[in-house]
Amino acid sequence: MFICFVILQWFLLAVCWLFYKGVGVWGVNIPVGWGFAIVNFVWWIGIGHAGTLISAILLLLRQQWRNSINRFAEAMTLFAVACAGMFPIFHLGRPWLFYWLFPYPNTMTYWPNFRSPLVWDVFAVTTYLTISLVFWFVGLIPDLASMRDQTSNKALKFVFGAMAMGWRNSVRHWNRYETAYLLLGGLATPLVLSVHTVVSFDFSVGIVPGWHTTIFPPYFVAGAIYSGFAMVLVLAIPIRKFYGIEDLITMRHIENSAMVMLATGWIVCYGYAFEAFMNWYGGDPYESFLRWNRLHGPYAWSYYTLLFTNLVVPQVLWFKTVRTNPLLLFFVSLDVLVGMWLERFVIVIVSLSRDFLNSSFGQYYPTQWDWAIFIGTLGFFSACMFLFLRLLPAVSISELKTLLPEAEVKVAHAEEVHDL
Amino acid sequence: MKDTGTYGLMAEFDEVNAAIVAAQNAYGAGYRKMDAYAPFPVEELSEAVGFQKNGVALVCLVGGLLGCTGAFILQWWINTISYPVNIGGRPLNSWPSFIIVTFEMTILFSGLSAVFGMLALNGLPMPYHPVFNVPQFDRASKDRFFLVIFSSDKNFDALRTRQFLESLNPISVAEVPS
Repeated sequence: MFICFVILQWFLLAVCWLFYKGVGVWGVNIPVGWGFAIVNFVWWIGIGHAGTLISAILLLLRQQWRNSINRFAEAMTLFAVACAGMFPIFHLGRPWLFYWLFPYPNTMTYWPNFRSPLVWDVFAVTTYLTISLVFWFVGLIPDLASMRDQTSNKALKFVFGAMAMGWRNSVRHWNRYETAYLLLGGLATPLVLSVHTVVSFDFSVGIVPGWHTTIFPPYFVAGAIYSGFAMVLVLAIPIRKFYGIEDLITMRHIENSAMVMLATGWIVCYGYAFEAFMNWYGGDPYESFLRWNRLHGPYAWSYYTLLFTNLVVPQVLWFKTVRTNPLLLFFVSLDVLVGMWLERFVIVIVSLSRDFLNSSFGQYYPTQWDWAIFIGTLGFFSACMFLFLRLLPAVSISELKTLLPEAEVKVAHAEEVHDL
Repeated sequence: MKDTGTYGLMAEFDEVNAAIVAAQNAYGAGYRKMDAYAPFPVEELSEAVGFQKNGVALVCLVGGLLGCTGAFILQWWINTISYPVNIGGRPLNSWPSFIIVTFEMTILFSGLSAVFGMLALNGLPMPYHPVFNVPQFDRASKDRFFLVIFSSDKNFDALRTRQFLESLNPISVAEVPS
């Protein structure tokens, strides 16, 4: 916790320096105008996706094993999207004018360009953040009521009571609550798929070699879920160990997450294979050069590391002994997180550094401020996670109760009784 | 409504099936203005107190349609009427590029309508409610099930309703002061 706090301060310092001096403190320059900011943005928002996948899609599929991991996965989504959302604002030249991106009547009589993927992104990310926040909070209401009822501390009772808004466990309320929760799950599912699709449009609508391909949306979504589940495991494995909740977050959760990682990992690898195939089959000289540049150019190390971390290492997940070994799984997940970060590095930086004209080739050198802000968001994310674990129920109380054998309803439905 | 100075009578159960049977019996005995409380959603219990339909889905649909049409009309109006920009003679109403924002706003508005609609229909936030005056009601969020027959019910009678509730084998029956 202390380390996270120190990193958080470092982050705040770096952000102040950035706002004071401008984006010149970063290593971005022409031709690489999109540096770490966009790499980190895509990486963080991808991590968020697994949380929504667990809470929404598995809710709709009635996968009840999700009930004990969804709360912290949703919190993970929320904090990851918050980290992601900061980067587009940081990389604006005048970040304090970010609200110009929203359509509002203004004295300049101008409107945002709704044909631009960057404006689509604003809408996708703000919607995603709002819906994730609401989804998480709605899930918390009954638990806050439960904490209000159990605490004897007057001040805490007031705080939890205010947050629970007078929730009194009425079955009529529960009925509407369940409908609203299911609807949110149903809405969040297409939303989560759309968000990374829109993120991939930021690239694929452009004409830069390596970006202008139709495989990007599904490839990005799969990559997002891949890295997201890796982050779920990186968080869940220490949490269950140090908080002693191995009976709530069981080996089954861990193993299922590992299997999702293996499956999405292969979808991502299919994406790599098809990118390579289309570079060759498409016959475009710039795309062919991109292939050569990735394999032999100055950034070749990043592409080979990417293949190793995302393609080779995760194959150990085929073995049940690895999937049921939390320590090994923890390291495989870290490896995938590194790999997915490198994937975005390869897409953003390798493509931009050498596009069409030899005369405008250039290299990108991240500065210490690039690193400070990237590592700083890790501190921000961990600090938020720790505060959440400390202050709010990290495992859904009311949803766990529905899994208890006592909750099983054995009597007949009301209509049947009334008909008798 | 007979003003008896009470809000209702509350029976406490420690088992979900007992609470469902009790609620069904109460409904069968002609009580309509009642409510049950459980620590987790129990569909059968809300059916047993006579609650069938909720309007959340409708609110969500209306919100979604408003978000959808509103977002599209806003983009269309901006690009064709308020701020038309001729880019190489391309059509001003380039609707395919408006679909994404329209989709996102549909999701945003329907999601927020579902949540705020749910809260509004439930009458939340509500800082005070008479049921909280009963001390054992704290366990409604933990491990107990409660059935409350409100004094506003036309069949409510302080004595007979109490006897009726006691016949359902509850752990306790308490008066809810109004």
